[in-house]
Amino acid sequence: MFFTNWLQHQGLPYPWAWTISQVVLIGVFEVVLLTSIAFFLLADRKIWAAVQMRRGPNVVGVFGLLQTFADAFKFMFKEPIIPAAANKVIYLLAPLITATLAFAGWAVVPLDNGWVVADINVGVLYLFAISSLGVYGVIMGGWASNSKYGFLAALRSAAQMVSYEVSIGFVIITVLLFAGSLNLSAIVRAQEHGWYLFSPLLPMAVIFFISTLAETQRPPFDLLEAESELVAGFMVEYSSTPFLLFFLGEYVNIVLLCAVMSVMFLGGWLPPLAIWPFTAVPGIIWFLIKICALFFLIGMVKAFVPRYRYDQLMRLGWKVFLPTSLAWVVIAAGWVEFVRPLLGG
Amino acid sequence: MAFLDRKARQIFLVDMIKGFLIAMRYFFAPKATINYPYEKAPQSPRFRGEHALRRYPNGEERCIACKLCEAICPAQCIVIEAEPRADGSRRTTRYDIDMTKCIYCGYCQEACPVDAIVEGPNLEFSAETREELYYDKAKLLANGDRWEAALARNIELDAPYR
Repeated sequence: MFFTNWLQHQGLPYPWAWTISQVVLIGVFEVVLLTSIAFFLLADRKIWAAVQMRRGPNVVGVFGLLQTFADAFKFMFKEPIIPAAANKVIYLLAPLITATLAFAGWAVVPLDNGWVVADINVGVLYLFAISSLGVYGVIMGGWASNSKYGFLAALRSAAQMVSYEVSIGFVIITVLLFAGSLNLSAIVRAQEHGWYLFSPLLPMAVIFFISTLAETQRPPFDLLEAESELVAGFMVEYSSTPFLLFFLGEYVNIVLLCAVMSVMFLGGWLPPLAIWPFTAVPGIIWFLIKICALFFLIGMVKAFVPRYRYDQLMRLGWKVFLPTSLAWVVIAAGWVEFVRPLLGG
Repeated sequence: MAFLDRKARQIFLVDMIKGFLIAMRYFFAPKATINYPYEKAPQSPRFRGEHALRRYPNGEERCIACKLCEAICPAQCIVIEAEPRADGSRRTTRYDIDMTKCIYCGYCQEACPVDAIVEGPNLEFSAETREELYYDKAKLLANGDRWEAALARNIELDAPYR
């Protein structure tokens, strides 16, 4: 906003000033996000290693901090191999779609009070639309590479993502009922008197967390890359930068869902208690701490939960999470309508 | 009752929380792995690594070309040719070991009556080409000179058990 005003003072008309300042803002945001994703990726490997009593990557840079950058450069300098029978256009489009959608979701996530790229009032809807589109990258990648392993994995993961999106949708509806707004910043502000984690929505937070694991194909729901059956999932045929994009998109998505969960249940940028030593810390720090804590949990789950069987996955999605979240929509609506007025809220 | 108990455990994720706590215990446990290129695991004196041909302290090579090692080698990776030297002693003119065939069983070392061919403590002799792993006599003698201190010590430490 300051930048837009400054550009207008320099004599630019408002549309131009707005466009330029938004492009700069998005550019800075993406660079910061990419850099932090590199460290999240390293943290994931380190957590996994620590639980298995290994050291993890520790040679590139201090404590292996630069390992991800080394890996990224390795991928970039490798030769991209396109299978002869592949549909070239779709094959190359798929990783682009995955990565682009993963980044696009971040547009509506408020990092602090007012620190949001697009403060739109249908933020949750937008986020849900973007994450639903994510399945296209998977299907296109699996189909276009013309490999039976890739295709089977794409089918599996498409079914998985669609199933869990349903329960995620209902979980989000319960939060919307409580907050009364689709704007993510408004959802955070609605939690000023208590995070939704410590409200009747607690079970929904758990379901959202587990569905997040399934939605992002993380262990224990990483059936699409069940190494023993499907080699490496829908990206078997991918190499070099296209593979890097898939990999990157996956991690951006994971951190995005951590951010969304901290916005919806952990009060986003709000401190745990609105008293002095906590309020002195900037909101963005609280937000980062919450994202890191959730990411740590996701990393730990990978380390200690064995992979689910496909029928177990579908049973959990359709027979446990869907009815529970559906029932909770009714309970949450009842709470908002009848109990909250009694509590004086 | 057992059914309710099981369901309650599932709903409250009891097993997951237990698993998490166990994982956290291992998270802070001392590491089982070592920092390999900078830190190395202890090695037995009987370790069977890279081959070496040893010499006597006066510089004379120990090998007397009896070909017992060649005979016993299960992988048949040793090739020896021998003829009498100018001073009449029997010596090898050729002593080749194909390290790509060798299975590191240590039989050559066991068979040797004069402790000439030994498997030393060195395990870092990877090469980028196959040819570099076709060891000849000069290479084996050079190995012997390089590792003599460690080789002599290992033989001495293992002597009481033979």
